[in-house]
Amino acid sequence: MQAPELQTNSAKNIETGKLPELGKLMSGAEMLLECLAREGVDCFFGYPGGVTIPFYDAMVDHHIRHILVRHEENACFAAEGYSKSTGKVGVCCATSGPGATNLVTGLVDAMMDSIPIVAITGQVHSKLIGSDAFQEADTFGITRPATKHNFMVKTLAELPRIVHEAFYLAASGRPGPVLVDIPKDVFQARGHYTPVDTIHLPGYKVFTEGHAGQIRRAAQLVWEAQKPLIYAGGGIIAANASAELTEFAEISDSPAVCTLMGLGGLSSSHPNYISMPGMHGSYAANMSLTECDLLIALGVRFDDRVTGQLQSFARHARVIHVDIDPAEIGKNRIPDIPIVGDVKRVLQKLNKLVAELKPEFGDVHREARVQWWSKVRAWKEERPYDRPRAENEIKPQHLMDEIDRLSGGQAIVCSDVGQHQMWAAQLIRFNEPRLWINSGGLGSMGFGVPSAMGAQMARPDKLVFAICGDGGFQMSIPELATIASHGLPVKIIVMNNGFLGMVRQWQTLFYNNRLSAVQLDCFPDAEKLASAYGFRGRTIDKPWQLTQALQEAIDEPGPYLLNVKVTPFENVYPMVPAGGAIQDMVFGPVEPVAVA
Amino acid sequence: MLQTISILLENKPGALLRVTGLLSARGYNIESLTVARIIDPELSRMTITVDVEDRLRGQVIKQMNKLVNVLQATDLTDAPAVIREMVLLRVRCLQENRTAVLKEAEIFQARVVDSSTEGFAIEATGDPAKLDEFIAVMGSYGEIEVTRSGGVAMSLEGKKLRLQPPVQAAVPQTVF
Repeated sequence: MQAPELQTNSAKNIETGKLPELGKLMSGAEMLLECLAREGVDCFFGYPGGVTIPFYDAMVDHHIRHILVRHEENACFAAEGYSKSTGKVGVCCATSGPGATNLVTGLVDAMMDSIPIVAITGQVHSKLIGSDAFQEADTFGITRPATKHNFMVKTLAELPRIVHEAFYLAASGRPGPVLVDIPKDVFQARGHYTPVDTIHLPGYKVFTEGHAGQIRRAAQLVWEAQKPLIYAGGGIIAANASAELTEFAEISDSPAVCTLMGLGGLSSSHPNYISMPGMHGSYAANMSLTECDLLIALGVRFDDRVTGQLQSFARHARVIHVDIDPAEIGKNRIPDIPIVGDVKRVLQKLNKLVAELKPEFGDVHREARVQWWSKVRAWKEERPYDRPRAENEIKPQHLMDEIDRLSGGQAIVCSDVGQHQMWAAQLIRFNEPRLWINSGGLGSMGFGVPSAMGAQMARPDKLVFAICGDGGFQMSIPELATIASHGLPVKIIVMNNGFLGMVRQWQTLFYNNRLSAVQLDCFPDAEKLASAYGFRGRTIDKPWQLTQALQEAIDEPGPYLLNVKVTPFENVYPMVPAGGAIQDMVFGPVEPVAVA
Repeated sequence: MLQTISILLENKPGALLRVTGLLSARGYNIESLTVARIIDPELSRMTITVDVEDRLRGQVIKQMNKLVNVLQATDLTDAPAVIREMVLLRVRCLQENRTAVLKEAEIFQARVVDSSTEGFAIEATGDPAKLDEFIAVMGSYGEIEVTRSGGVAMSLEGKKLRLQPPVQAAVPQTVF
């Protein structure tokens, strides 16, 4: 046991000049738990190891639930699922060395998708740092580019402040992952705990309100436009601005597209909603983007999977770009009206102004607006998404249609990465925000099952699907144990086509159909696999089994693994070849194209 | 094109790495970098000269300003600013050239810091372009060895420093 350490951060109160009263004597591990509790953490995901034993020891006497995962990467994915389904900060924990390096994929994933995560890693005893000690890794250095910010705690005195700073940084501004690396001796040291009441990060700049003049100009542009279009992204979900977005779409009479990260930002059943744009977006969404004369970009980053060839993206449009991150403004497209601010606050102000201007200007372009709407509707009818059915085999789209019907736009759907992700995004409705959880920016396979675990933990009331391909599912099999041991009623649906479908699709279309390392020819028996973990599973391959099997999975009180064998050679359409203009969509099988 | 960036940042471990990492992650080569504490011991001022495509210059500054440890990053490339650099130079010269070398040093207002039978060690400060000339002139007298400090820059504009005030901790920021 270490000698008690004096709390050096309990400096004099600036206003009263008094020394604070000495707080309760506790260990670093206990202080960390106390801080987590003050931040409202009710559960977190982790995996113990040598240097975090003192932390795990303190957990024995604490009310915060720790969920033991089977791999640290999945702890971070689960924390993302927890965060995305609730809006709260997700917390994960790993030990030093391999534990910390295993977290990295999850951290980068959260960084790309702007998910607030606090990751706690153990570090070797501070006297051993730099000595190549057992399970030592430069976590601080390795995770610097993988996080929004990271900290290494050097003394017990700074621990509470750093933990609160980490939560503040993770959740405020553009959310993201923050890592706190804590040496073993800091967990073990004892000191007086004084709650931290203020934190000061002078260099951290958050702009939430938006420039009043720019917002006014934006409101004027809205009524000057003949063909407005809302392009809403993950920022709407992160800012909880769904209600404001809906109001804006309605008063400005604009159709809207929601990106992969923004699905559910505007209800999929809302009459103003078109669908998802981009590489696998709908014809109507991509044509609307190409033809619109005003693009109202809300919490989006003009990602290459949405814009395709940048020069021809929304080429006739003036652009209003609202984002909380100044570095996103003008990164890919120079906007006519840049607005740096929280999209919720900006929309509240914009809605007010747009409504004020409506009586005067609302009818100026009435005729043109009517024509625009009829054009959008015509595109929707002209080429809706393909929903093929076959008599003797299950089409992947058929599977997604059935899940959509049973969900009714209400279930949480956690998707893995690949073809099934695109079909799910195209065909399943999301009538609320925070129902669609997927790895958008980084595209991490193996995300589906652990994120569903986190979402189900956070929302026990909700029906949660994990939709995976047979590739991604096999990356997450260890977590079946976590699901089983906590009795999480996650419905794991494997869209099994026996291939790494998305890679195969590219090999087929762009590499002369020379298939290389994409066939997954050994898949475990789902029934046996599930029963090995003590829950139910089933494999189906006929379309007439589909509805009943899905219903059975939903009715099951516990977890369920449904392996759905689908048509092996189905590809996702429409498709915009990488780097192409988004209006140049391919709608069906084409002659393979060789890539030089 | 070379971009000169002045950065006011917190004097904390890892802060330098965050700035340079941001550049190296994008494949930019740092031509020179100087950093030292300012009056407030908790802060440092850094001057970086880096080769960045013109259209990305604004983006680099925005990304730097996003770093939590960075209080302010300013592009001084086209802004009113003074940039000075120091060079330490050893020149090996023939006996008959010694006076000429000293004369040249005087022209560039350089100081001789060491003298030996082989030649001189000279210290010069000034505008980086001027130092290029100085080095070229000295090189013409014989073999030289050079250490340059990299530019230190100071903006001549009164740019307001906007800092975030303290915030309350553990407010449920997390539950929106």
